Amino acid sequence: MSSNSKIPSLKAINELVIKFANVNGTGSASANNMFAKAIFRMGIPVTPKNIFPSNIQGLPTWYEVRISEKGYQGRRDGIDLMVAVNPQSMAKDVQAVRPGGYFFYDSTRPLDIRYVRDDIHYIGVPLTDICRQEYTDPRQRQLFKNVIYIGALAALLNIEFTVLSDLVGDQFKGKQKLIAPNIHALELGYQYANKHFSCPLDIRVERRDLVQDQILTTGNNATGLGAVYAGATVAAWYPITPSTSVVEAFDKYASRLRIDAGTGQKNYAIVQAEDELSAIGMVIGAAWNGARSFTATSGPGISLMSEFLGLAYFAEVPAVLINVQRAGPSTGMPTRTQQPDVLSCAYASHGDTKQVLLFPSTPKECFDLTAQAFDLTERLQTPVILMSDLDLGMNDHMCEPFTWDDAREYDRGKVLNAEQLDALTEKGERFGRYNDVDSDGICYRTYPGTHPTKGAFFTRGTSRDPYAVYSEDGDVYVDNVDRLNRKFNTAKQILPKPMLVLAKNANKKSDIGLIYYGTSDASANEALDNLAAKGVFIDGMRLLAFPFHQTVEQFINDHEQVFVIDQNRDGQMRTLLVNELDALPSKLIKLLSYDGMPITAMNICRQIEQRLFTENTSKKAANSASSSKGGK
Amino acid sequence: MTYLRPDFRHPDAPTNDLGYTSKDYEGALSTLCAGCGHDSISAALIQACFEMSIEPHQVAKISGIGCSSKTPTYFLGNSHGFNSVHGRMPSVTTGANLANRDLKYVGVSGDGDSASIGLGQFAHVVRRNLNMLYIVENNGCYGLTKGQMSATTDIDSVNKSGMVNEHQPIDLVNLALELGATFVARSFSGDKEQLVPLMKAAMSHRGFAFIDVVSPCVTFNNNAGSKKSYDFVREHNEATSALDFVPMKDEITTTYEQGSSQEVTLHDGSVIHLTKAIKGFDPCDRRAAIKAIKDHNERGEILTGLLYVDTDPTDLHDMYGTSCKPLNSLKEDVLCPGNATLQSINESFR
Ligand SMILES: Cc1ncc(C[n+]2csc(CCOP(=O)(O)OP(=O)(O)O)c2C)c(N)n1
Ligand code: SF4
Ligand SMILES: [Mg+2]
Repeated sequence: MSSNSKIPSLKAINELVIKFANVNGTGSASANNMFAKAIFRMGIPVTPKNIFPSNIQGLPTWYEVRISEKGYQGRRDGIDLMVAVNPQSMAKDVQAVRPGGYFFYDSTRPLDIRYVRDDIHYIGVPLTDICRQEYTDPRQRQLFKNVIYIGALAALLNIEFTVLSDLVGDQFKGKQKLIAPNIHALELGYQYANKHFSCPLDIRVERRDLVQDQILTTGNNATGLGAVYAGATVAAWYPITPSTSVVEAFDKYASRLRIDAGTGQKNYAIVQAEDELSAIGMVIGAAWNGARSFTATSGPGISLMSEFLGLAYFAEVPAVLINVQRAGPSTGMPTRTQQPDVLSCAYASHGDTKQVLLFPSTPKECFDLTAQAFDLTERLQTPVILMSDLDLGMNDHMCEPFTWDDAREYDRGKVLNAEQLDALTEKGERFGRYNDVDSDGICYRTYPGTHPTKGAFFTRGTSRDPYAVYSEDGDVYVDNVDRLNRKFNTAKQILPKPMLVLAKNANKKSDIGLIYYGTSDASANEALDNLAAKGVFIDGMRLLAFPFHQTVEQFINDHEQVFVIDQNRDGQMRTLLVNELDALPSKLIKLLSYDGMPITAMNICRQIEQRLFTENTSKKAANSASSSKGGK
Repeated sequence: MTYLRPDFRHPDAPTNDLGYTSKDYEGALSTLCAGCGHDSISAALIQACFEMSIEPHQVAKISGIGCSSKTPTYFLGNSHGFNSVHGRMPSVTTGANLANRDLKYVGVSGDGDSASIGLGQFAHVVRRNLNMLYIVENNGCYGLTKGQMSATTDIDSVNKSGMVNEHQPIDLVNLALELGATFVARSFSGDKEQLVPLMKAAMSHRGFAFIDVVSPCVTFNNNAGSKKSYDFVREHNEATSALDFVPMKDEITTTYEQGSSQEVTLHDGSVIHLTKAIKGFDPCDRRAAIKAIKDHNERGEILTGLLYVDTDPTDLHDMYGTSCKPLNSLKEDVLCPGNATLQSINESFR
């Protein structure tokens, strides 16, 4: 079977979605990565996404690559080309192809008649046969099959062969023996496709210069690297998808960049703890003792860490916690993305607690905000939680390159050394650990071991006076927790400010707003563009931190209706906004997606248009409603 | 209510090598019940630190939650202290120790804190051989929550309200030995003669030093029938040996009768002298220690004293190969790889 000329074909240059359907554990990941990287090296913006099961071997796994010269990096609905190498998922995969699109499959055996649609093109390459002829070792047959289909795609989609062969060279640097066989496998696929199909197809890529100096990496890699640059010396963690690669990245870079040249000793320590309770306890112990420390986890770990987070809030001990969010508890969806921990993190723990949250949306922001998190946690003497998610953490994203200002000094916050303690005594002042001398809610602390007779204090949860003396007096308690509120007001001023994206209709002020955060960013921006093209002008605001800056309330007040994008079922960010601000709840409309897949611009547009349309026809009868239809 | 001691100093109070009096090692006034075993343990710790001339601020005191875990407020007032959460003292101490390997760490816990809610953290801190003194103030009950039975309550032990324990107890000492602890001792809050030198030896040990101190709760578990009452423990304990601790810098002045004593030299050069030992008991034999403890248990006896010591242990920093300089003292110059390196890392993402 091959391309059928009677079926209308999709036509697109550099605006495509290609999806690979594989079996996990078969080595497809590195071949698929090579595909995405090749597009990137041809100067075309690309966003790959892994869709994988909670399993090591044998279950279906997908890799979805969006190519967009317009630079849109969100997921896009509809598949232009499906590379279907997994018979298990083929029935579903064939349905996902857009009319006029292409279905690439292994034609060693004839395609099951049930998978034949009359509105798409079929491209059969006998991958298994080619491998059987070329290789004797079963593992090689398996691995090279992946490389062969990449070669075929190069011909079909017009990917420059030299770019691919260079990538092979990079990938196997130091394993020279593997280069030639891999290039040969690429050639096998390339030649087969050229011989049997009219290459390239009507959907294809062409070199551009749109990538410039950008980089392609995962959020977790960036986070781990950010922690190295921020001077983290203690990492304590317990393995959990999708956060595991944060500490792995920290380890990878620290073991290269943090070894004492003279002694070979490590200027860092990584503990794989017995559980998350222990991991956060270690982080708190280390930070109390003056080291920059962090942990990385996901939802279940957050639940376990909750008691300690409350202690750290009240005892005012720094801690950096990376939460790479995933969908729900236990088995089922742990390898799917969501933003489901907004509330459990914002109000983590018992008692009157709240926590500082940061919301990165690109690897560059993972790097920058992680580094900033260490400054913030020490400045504010309270935990800071970086709210990443599976999509950001585990998928490659294109972003600006990382930079570091070599003149930058870490902000270690208000810490007194021995000389400063002596100077206090000379001035006749008494050191008080919880004495708000600067009236910003943040007091001075000392590290253990600072001074033989001064500055020691006892750290505990609630109930101590400004001099850290135990007290169960209600007034003393109230003074202290009110000061903690003062500290959170200070936090609002120093946390990263929200980003405003004003609608481009110069003639008229927009009265509709869209609030979003984290990985909804790319699709939100695309949706705003698409809606503007239809004459629907909406102002956007991307949140970067909690507690909210005053401009967030201002933004809501300035608009009649504000959609709030949440990648969770309950509209958690909307709840947080309602709870924290004096904004009218009826103005805030939930815009949700929670099926475990990254949200798409199309989904956002659909929900907004639906709402605006029903509202117009029902003459604003929906004024009271605050909910809207969930994600697909 | 605050309980600060009056700042009065006796002019003739003896001083130690650093010029401190024992008062410099005290803390706030205790708020525990009069006669609580825990207060005697605090007093022993004050004496041990004073006599060893430890700089008070070079110690960090960390605890969980319980009457026992409150005690760090009542000793070493010039040291930083951290009353953390129930059962999690080991993790906080691990983090603190990783941040600064130069301080001495004293962890205080209770039998509820360590043998129930914190059993997991207890097991793992043993495995890591964290350099610290870990004291369990073991009263066989939950003092602070008013006397419930704990996991160390002995079988058939009767508590104040007449309840008889039918569950198997967890013996933390045996557990520690099984898990590879490198210094293990048991003592009694009412036996300062034994407890003080044990504490000194434990603080000189380079690794995890565990002392289970039977410490009667006078309010909830000191009745007849309780196996953690003063009377019961006094009558039923047998020491592995008497012991004397000679710090590394001191000369040995006492003379011991030939063949009657055993010397154990610790990693830092200090020496433990063991006299009047139970026949054939060797504190460097882990298996023998486990057996002796079990044999005593079967006879309804409590074996106290130094039970096991490994004189050349590998602590967590050794295992990790961490810097000799405390991690918390490192600055940007060694921690931050700089922009040039970052630019070459960027290259790997293109
Ligand atoms: C998570 C949690 N659960 C329960 C408690 C209540 N609690 C406080 S102290 C304690 C038991 C303490 O027993 P132990 O460690 O033996 O100390 P003791 O008071 O006997 O010295 C309990 C259960 C708590 N503080 N935290
Ligand atoms: S209740 Fe028991 S353990 Fe607590 S202070 Fe009183 S005597 Fe000590
Ligand atoms: Mg107890």
